[in-house]
Amino acid sequence: MSKIKIKVGMASCGRAAGADKIYKKIESYIKEKNIDASVEETGCIGMCFREPIFEISSKNHKVIYGDLEEIDVPKIIDSFVDENPLQEKAILTNEFDAPENKNLATQTRIVLRNCGIINPESIEDYMENAGYKSLEKALKNMTREEVIAEIKASGLRGRGGAGFPTGLKWEFAYKEKSDKKYIVCNADEGDPGAFMDRSVLEGDPHSILEGMAIGAYAIGADEGYVYCRAEYPLAVKRINIAIKAAEAKGFLGDNILGTDFSFHLKLKEGAGAFVCGEETALIASIEGKRGMPRIRPPFPAQSGIWGKPTNINNVETFANIAWIIKNGANEFSKYGTEKSKGTKVFALAGKIKKSGLVEVPIGMTLREVIFDIGGGMKTEKDFKAVQLGGPSGGCIPKELLDTKIDYDTIQATGAIMGSGGMVVMDESTCMIDVAKFFLSFVQSESCGKCTFCRIGSKRMLEILDKISKGEGEMEDINTLKELAVKVKDSSLCGLGQTAPNPVLTTLKYFEDEYIAHIKDKKCPAGVCTNLLTYEIQPDRCVGCGMCAKVCPVDAISGEIKKVFEIDQSKCIKCGACFNTCKFNAIEKK
Amino acid sequence: MKFPNEIEEVFTKYENQKGNLIPIMQSIQEIEGYLSKESIKLISNKTGISISEIYGVATFYSLFRLKPQGKHVIRVCQGTACHVGNSKDILRAVREKLNLTEMEETTADNEFTIMEVACLGCCSLSPVIMIDDTTYGKLTPNSVKKIINNYDK
Ligand SMILES: Cc1cc2nc3c(=O)[nH]c(=O)nc-3n(C[C@H](O)[C@H](O)[C@H](O)COP(=O)(O)O)c2cc1C
Ligand code: SF4
Repeated sequence: MSKIKIKVGMASCGRAAGADKIYKKIESYIKEKNIDASVEETGCIGMCFREPIFEISSKNHKVIYGDLEEIDVPKIIDSFVDENPLQEKAILTNEFDAPENKNLATQTRIVLRNCGIINPESIEDYMENAGYKSLEKALKNMTREEVIAEIKASGLRGRGGAGFPTGLKWEFAYKEKSDKKYIVCNADEGDPGAFMDRSVLEGDPHSILEGMAIGAYAIGADEGYVYCRAEYPLAVKRINIAIKAAEAKGFLGDNILGTDFSFHLKLKEGAGAFVCGEETALIASIEGKRGMPRIRPPFPAQSGIWGKPTNINNVETFANIAWIIKNGANEFSKYGTEKSKGTKVFALAGKIKKSGLVEVPIGMTLREVIFDIGGGMKTEKDFKAVQLGGPSGGCIPKELLDTKIDYDTIQATGAIMGSGGMVVMDESTCMIDVAKFFLSFVQSESCGKCTFCRIGSKRMLEILDKISKGEGEMEDINTLKELAVKVKDSSLCGLGQTAPNPVLTTLKYFEDEYIAHIKDKKCPAGVCTNLLTYEIQPDRCVGCGMCAKVCPVDAISGEIKKVFEIDQSKCIKCGACFNTCKFNAIEKK
Repeated sequence: MKFPNEIEEVFTKYENQKGNLIPIMQSIQEIEGYLSKESIKLISNKTGISISEIYGVATFYSLFRLKPQGKHVIRVCQGTACHVGNSKDILRAVREKLNLTEMEETTADNEFTIMEVACLGCCSLSPVIMIDDTTYGKLTPNSVKKIINNYDK
């Protein structure tokens, strides 16, 4: 074994931040200097705001470094050759003070237990960390009923959004009598602003496979699918590698671990339709059809893929299973609240300092997650709202920051816990714009089956558009509320039923902002272009004329070295001058 | 039709598999860059699924393209975090750089196709784009133009 081991965070986020270059630099440096070191890929440790990241260990030391550039690589490796780790750029270690030492200590890692630690393309790595031991335990020491009872006792609820108790779901599928049953992992992660599932798929694919195999055993399925969205090419690749490796080791396939249990798993790539995250649409899509939801009952547990009983769970739900079987239901239910057990992974993004993934016991408050763990705001502007639950969720305002995050408490605010995306917004975010964003998302993703989902959401969007242009009337607010109720009540699937939530929550908590757009014709956040004015501040303008050059409609005139002026009647509010001026002489109001 | 051999292999691979329509379409699109009229007819012949049903599937899913695309595909993320991080400015910069109007998707020289896509899942690095299979994050209108320069012939 090499003296020095280096693991580079190479999930999509790491790669986007330049981890490839760092990886190549490490390879070439150890080769050039003939250093006894090995370099490997690992998943996302969750500290995306510090990417690129690597962990380096030697006989006596282990440190994680972040915010890396190529020039840092030789210095760090040399310091490990000398067994005297460099302190600069260190972000996490238990050897000395480093800025993120507290970061992991405040988290409880069950789902992310291996993410950023093991090499996701190595089944050996997974097995060294107790991998597939739970499958063995379930198959050899537990009956199918005992597995279901254990999951029921753990209190685990589905992490795909609705929070349905997993053990109960398994029991439904178990009780169905059929010659064939299917188990499916929903890896469609369509919520914009959520990337928990991607990180697990990319960082610890075997934990999902093991959870699925245990589930298949419990319900009596012999075939399964991972339905993964095609926008995640790396996840698709890693799942495929993992399936092959698990087959080769006999954890998937016929007569697993010498028992009479057989289970075959395939990957299906999605083709870019958000509604396919809905269970019945997902089934239609696996069957090769348009992904349109259908009426339930019959529920998938009774009639799913090709009419056979089918159990669908989310990525994160499956990633919990092996841990529960290994450590027991009691250990799991120690975490969380009375009705929501265990931990939840959240994807922090938006105007937050420490964006990335965190896993915390359910029941922490929003404030703790955003300010204590997430480090608070990235910008100088104040916190305004946090968006939970994507297009089905809502915006929760400052006054409710002490809300506990569990399924039921979040639902009471009008948002939903959803799959775990948390997008933090500051004073520069316009709530009408946010509502418009989500509504146009669901509007374009609606499958079109239900009239209210298809056309009602379009009408709501038109009204929001009108308001954002300063053409709204007070009556519009009532019309929005009325339409919202109708869309909710007359939609077949969760997409339509929750589509009005972003509008309703912004109306509930930020009505003032709607009124400012309607009555004062102002966008307080300075986002809605039609309500903005750009003005040149005479005291700061040096008369360089750059603004006049970039203005696409020649609305700016003036003489060089004198103050320029914008003709408001010509201005189309594109902001080109604002972005160009080097002297901050243009003000946006 | 171009690439007849590769396409034949796709049919062999998925022969007699239930629910094979979408994977067949995905594989052929990968080969051809899009789904041509001829290949849709061929899929219909081979699978016995009607052309209208195939067309229905092709238009339902946003990943399927019925028109040829450029050599490089630029996906501009329009997820929540990117939206809040002004992805519209990035989109505008890409269009400007490639001389594309709001309605156009592919450059005249067939080098680039631009697509607005839902979340790419790299929210912590927003705003983000993906060129072919490579993701770029923390973009500004200027940096995105420089990145595209690297792909110019
Ligand atoms: C429009 C729509 C989109 C959905 N998208 C997803 C998704 O991307 N991932 C997911 O796990 N669940 C999604 N769901 C929820 C699933 O339908 C289903 O409840 C979930 O996969 C069940 O797994 P769980 O019990 O483990 O949560 C979606 C639901 C709706 C209505
Ligand atoms: S609610 Fe909307 S997405 Fe769901 S089935 Fe109806 S039209 Fe389709």
